[in-house]
Amino acid sequence: MNEIFRTIWPEYDPGRYFCELTRKRADAGPVPDWLVERLGTIGLEALRARASAAETELIDLGVTFTVYSDATAIDRILPFDCIPRVLTAAEWSLLERACIQRVAALNAFLGDIYGPGHIVRDGVIPAELVYGNSNYRPEMKDFPVPHGTYVHVCGIDIIRDEFGDFRVLEDNARTPSGVSYVIENRHLMLRAFPDLMAGIRLKPVDDYGRRLRAAMSEIAPGGADDPQVVLLSPGIYNSAYFEHVFLAREMGVPLVVGADLVVEDERVYMRTTSGLRRVHTIYRRLNDDFLDPAVFRPDSMLGVRGLIGAWKAGNVAIANAVGTGVADDKAVYAYMPRIIQYYLGQEALVKNVETHICREPEGLQYTLENLHKLVTKPVGESGGYGITIGPRASKEELEAARASILADPGNWISQPMIGLSVAPTLAAEGVGPRHLDLRPFIITGRESWVLPGGLTRVAMKRGSLIVNSSQGGGSKDTWVLADDLTEGAGK
Amino acid sequence: MSAMRFDAVLLSRDAEGLFWMARYLERVENLARLIDVTQSFESPGFETDAWFGLIRINADEKNFAARGFSPDAAHVKRFYLLDRGNPTSVPGNLEDARTNARTLRPLMSTEMWRQINMFHRFVGQITPEDLEGDALSRLCTRLKDGVQAHTGITEGTLYRDQGWYFYELGRLLERADQTTRMLDIKYTAILPQGREEKRVAELTQWNAILRAAAGYHAFKRRSRASFSAEDVVHFLLRDPSSPRSALLCVRRAELHLDDLRRIYGLPAAAEAIEMAQYLRELLLEKPISHILATGLHEYLDMVQIHIQALAGAVGRAFFRDWQPADPLPAAAQGQAQNQKQGPAEALA
Repeated sequence: MNEIFRTIWPEYDPGRYFCELTRKRADAGPVPDWLVERLGTIGLEALRARASAAETELIDLGVTFTVYSDATAIDRILPFDCIPRVLTAAEWSLLERACIQRVAALNAFLGDIYGPGHIVRDGVIPAELVYGNSNYRPEMKDFPVPHGTYVHVCGIDIIRDEFGDFRVLEDNARTPSGVSYVIENRHLMLRAFPDLMAGIRLKPVDDYGRRLRAAMSEIAPGGADDPQVVLLSPGIYNSAYFEHVFLAREMGVPLVVGADLVVEDERVYMRTTSGLRRVHTIYRRLNDDFLDPAVFRPDSMLGVRGLIGAWKAGNVAIANAVGTGVADDKAVYAYMPRIIQYYLGQEALVKNVETHICREPEGLQYTLENLHKLVTKPVGESGGYGITIGPRASKEELEAARASILADPGNWISQPMIGLSVAPTLAAEGVGPRHLDLRPFIITGRESWVLPGGLTRVAMKRGSLIVNSSQGGGSKDTWVLADDLTEGAGK
Repeated sequence: MSAMRFDAVLLSRDAEGLFWMARYLERVENLARLIDVTQSFESPGFETDAWFGLIRINADEKNFAARGFSPDAAHVKRFYLLDRGNPTSVPGNLEDARTNARTLRPLMSTEMWRQINMFHRFVGQITPEDLEGDALSRLCTRLKDGVQAHTGITEGTLYRDQGWYFYELGRLLERADQTTRMLDIKYTAILPQGREEKRVAELTQWNAILRAAAGYHAFKRRSRASFSAEDVVHFLLRDPSSPRSALLCVRRAELHLDDLRRIYGLPAAAEAIEMAQYLRELLLEKPISHILATGLHEYLDMVQIHIQALAGAVGRAFFRDWQPADPLPAAAQGQAQNQKQGPAEALA
């Protein structure tokens, strides 16, 4: 693979970073040579032309997300890179098991802290971090959820370091987004690059909608024959609205907004042309805060008055459950290896990135002394906001970060700067290395299922380590090679 | 009779969205038709009157003045073709249609969504040069093409459950309304003084209206060699086969409402059915000669008010403010209409 690649694109140089395509580890298993050969056959100019046609198609199809800044909203497409990111069957097997392990631990943790609280009493995690967490919902205390599942849909951000070791960067246990791109990207590749994909056996990604709907049916309150599932969206102005549409379509269920739902006698109904129809499961893409103005934010126009009451009465299921935010908090993240050990008696199959917790004196001291070497992150933010990358920050930026941390240490963690792995990406200079990460999606009803692959986000700017779509990141199709590659090996 | 069950639910909000998306797009096509016909009405020296007639038949006087335009040909064209801030303009209607399409995306075919998206982009790129000289007529053609492509894609791809009925209802009611407006343009048209000149000018104008309503050739086939104004009015209001005649639209709306009631078991359609029946009678009861003698403009006004009332009955029965066994007062219904910039305000 490496030699072929070098003859086709001799100028490609991943430098000190691990390259997903040209530096496969020995334990990863083989990657067939066809991919690189075929990319070479298509050639740079044709790749560019097809990539640009593919992006036009995304615009025409309205596969967009919305960026908000200074009260303006702009529809953007997620830039798409046509060179796929390849995971071998062996690599995937590890990731799949690690994801299932992690979700099991997250659910056990949530069941415990909203129940007996053993883990706190056993001193594994500080009480304040759990019960004092702004995402801890006292409303959830002692409320049983079907199958013990709180996190029905989880997205786990995974990176690879310079040695090609996988590391978990972040858990997303609230309303993780991005799964629609996984499936759209595959469809786009199949349309735009049939010659690249012909005969390559990949694990399919189109089962997601069916699996999600099945999980939503599994958690529906008992007695419902054919439970009515709905997807609750904040509406067309939400940045992930396209994805909400996508998922409602894939599941074959109505996309509703808060105004479509009404609660009567602790039951949830939707307003239809034939009157009120009962709703059994709500896959919500709305934050906890907005769900029910009677319980949470009274100013929420997006939620449904009485929803939490109906839920607590056992008449409707809500996914993800309320209060999961305490588990994907960046401060709790630091304790995940211990949480996995505590509930499952296992080592984490994929390790965390080393994390310093500024609420703890030693963590704070270490962070302040090594600011220039560390990546500092606020614990409550997502989307890459508020991050300072020490080695790349100016003196002023470092001082600003120091001031923010000192003002509220409990709001900050720091991590060493990881040299994120790279993969060949179509760029202005030709084919260049770009940093990327991976967000696999795990659906859990009775049991967990992992969508093969996941969302590969890639920093389109040369040298940039920030892959978030809100900060100029793009995406790639993520190929998980089938276990048996022998069939279809011909060109 | 088969015992098929039509159990799939339709959200009230989506029913309303389908109804309005169809209306907005139908308005775009009709605006293009009206602009095209206005251009052929232009007679030297009377351009301003001809173009301002467009403002009057759409009852857009206030809106036009509020947007800071002055009553001349160039400004009227801009008002309808370039002014995004004007909700009754082509870009304004298309923006509303696309916003509705976004909310309806879960129900629409990918092809429908894609075409609206691309059409929306095209309309956003109209320039002042496109309104000049012969470019204007080409622009109108492209606008008509855009809506007709939408209509065709919808015909071929939109799943025909109750949602399709609401979509059709919106289109039909808007079209019936627009045809009466097209006819009304005669009311504002200026005619020369001389007898023969006047006869020729009148003929030209009726022909132009027939063309605008896509009925020119069909009318020729159906009518006597020398036709009268009565014949044209009859054709546009009552022809049973012209796709844009008011009667055909109202009849089909009535059939759709009846299907909703029978096939989908929606008894709430009853009030709207009654109103459609009344509207049909209104279109048929008096001889055209009588209508012309007592005032066509006033008659058309009345038809428009009843079309509006029918749309209101559909909204009251099915759309988002509807509560079971608790019909809303008329005021709340009006509010729902206004929120969507419905024709309530256009009618004034």
